Amino acid sequence: MIKLARYVLYDIFRSKVIIGYTLFLFLISVSLFNMEENSSKAMLSLLSIVLIVVPLISLIFATIHYYNSYEFIELMLSQPMSRTKILLSEYSGVSLSLLASFLIGVGIPVLIYSFDGTGMAMLFTGSALTMIFTSIAFFASVKSRDKARGIGAALLLWFYFALIFDGLILLILFAFSDYPLEKLTLLLSSLNPIDLGRIFIMLKMDVSALMGYTGALYKDFFGSLSGMLYTMGIMFVWMAVPLWLAVRAFKRKDL
Amino acid sequence: MIRIDHISKRFKRLQVLDNVSASFTKGQVISLIGPNGSGKTTLIKTILGMVKADSGEIYVNDTAVNSDFEYRKNIGYMPQIGRYPDNLKIGQLFKMLKHIRGKEDGELDHNLVEKFNLPAIYDKPMRTLSGGTRQKVSACLAFLFNPDVLILDEPTAGLDPLSSEILKEKIIEEKNKNKLILITSHVLSDLDELTTHIMYLQEGKLRFLKDMQTLQDETGEARLGKAIARIMKSEKLNLLSEDEKLMVKK
Repeated sequence: MIKLARYVLYDIFRSKVIIGYTLFLFLISVSLFNMEENSSKAMLSLLSIVLIVVPLISLIFATIHYYNSYEFIELMLSQPMSRTKILLSEYSGVSLSLLASFLIGVGIPVLIYSFDGTGMAMLFTGSALTMIFTSIAFFASVKSRDKARGIGAALLLWFYFALIFDGLILLILFAFSDYPLEKLTLLLSSLNPIDLGRIFIMLKMDVSALMGYTGALYKDFFGSLSGMLYTMGIMFVWMAVPLWLAVRAFKRKDL
Repeated sequence: MIRIDHISKRFKRLQVLDNVSASFTKGQVISLIGPNGSGKTTLIKTILGMVKADSGEIYVNDTAVNSDFEYRKNIGYMPQIGRYPDNLKIGQLFKMLKHIRGKEDGELDHNLVEKFNLPAIYDKPMRTLSGGTRQKVSACLAFLFNPDVLILDEPTAGLDPLSSEILKEKIIEEKNKNKLILITSHVLSDLDELTTHIMYLQEGKLRFLKDMQTLQDETGEARLGKAIARIMKSEKLNLLSEDEKLMVKK
């Protein structure tokens, strides 16, 4: 498997999109840290960028890469190689190069300007989101034969996770505001990796003090070791399940 | 070597392969011909395990193709359209496939690579190559590992006359080494000098699988193109009558 993944990785590292993405993240991070006096303020701005841009780029890049490699994947299928290996090689090539971009573009500035718990939480969340959304993108593209449909599905998923989901949560909170919902919202946030990442990072910041009773409950839970393990576990599930579904669909697919 | 056993495949409403059975052995050059959309490429892809048949089974050297992927070690495949990772260089592509197949330089057949003079452009990234050059790369990859079975999908499409000649010579050379070669092509004059058997598909059905001699005797034409044209013409008459049948039904 490593044999193929190595070459996929090599190919992507030389693509202009990945180089541009790295530079973009790097410039944004460095300029944010330089503009704000207070590094935790800069972290807050960086947080919104990481939570919006990283999933979007991961989804779109992985989807386009999959469709552009379609004929190449066909050629690989004519070689003595199992389908699972081929798809996982493609996945590791794409996700590792996106991960490297993120770690260079955001990781290095964070290590320089804000090397603390919040910074580490941010790097963890960004890396996890990269892996998760690449895996979701692979699932969407294996499922749809048509390129336009695949990219459309990826965009729709991003809208759902980045925007619509929060609206739905607000709606639920509003409709049932007479009931104690703290535990429920905690559970609901696991249904969206972006939300989970946001809460995970926010609680490491000072601003969490302003979040009232729910914030206190969150801090109690996510601040603990078991809460951290829980977050990591859920993030892992979000990466593994779509990838497993993608492999399953790929094995049955006609190319 | 390859046994196709009652293969059927349906894509949504279109029956692409309809109960096709055939058997190929060593030393044969099978020309798969038929109109566009008659299921030629699908049949090839089924043999390679890219398309999973709805029913029926294909055996390559007595291994069912759905059971494992190791049988593909003996197959060299040249696709109709070759697209490769943009930033990989030609040399790296060859290296990668050698890695995957786990073969050393000594066991490889570099004959075609040298004839096409590819080592001179080993440093060029794939994205800069013209369609014809990519086709040459695809051809070289198919022959490189000295496989027992060669599957060539439209091999001469997009090649210049000189390269096309080189490729044909190579195919004849391999045929003389007693290998099984499967070719699809619409350029029947190219097939004339190569083929030993004709497999004619239409609307997913196998119309006939005959050797050249029989075909020539039956149609009274020496050249493949004319012989096929004659058959197609008579088929067309059949088609017309089928349309008419439909009209009556409505």
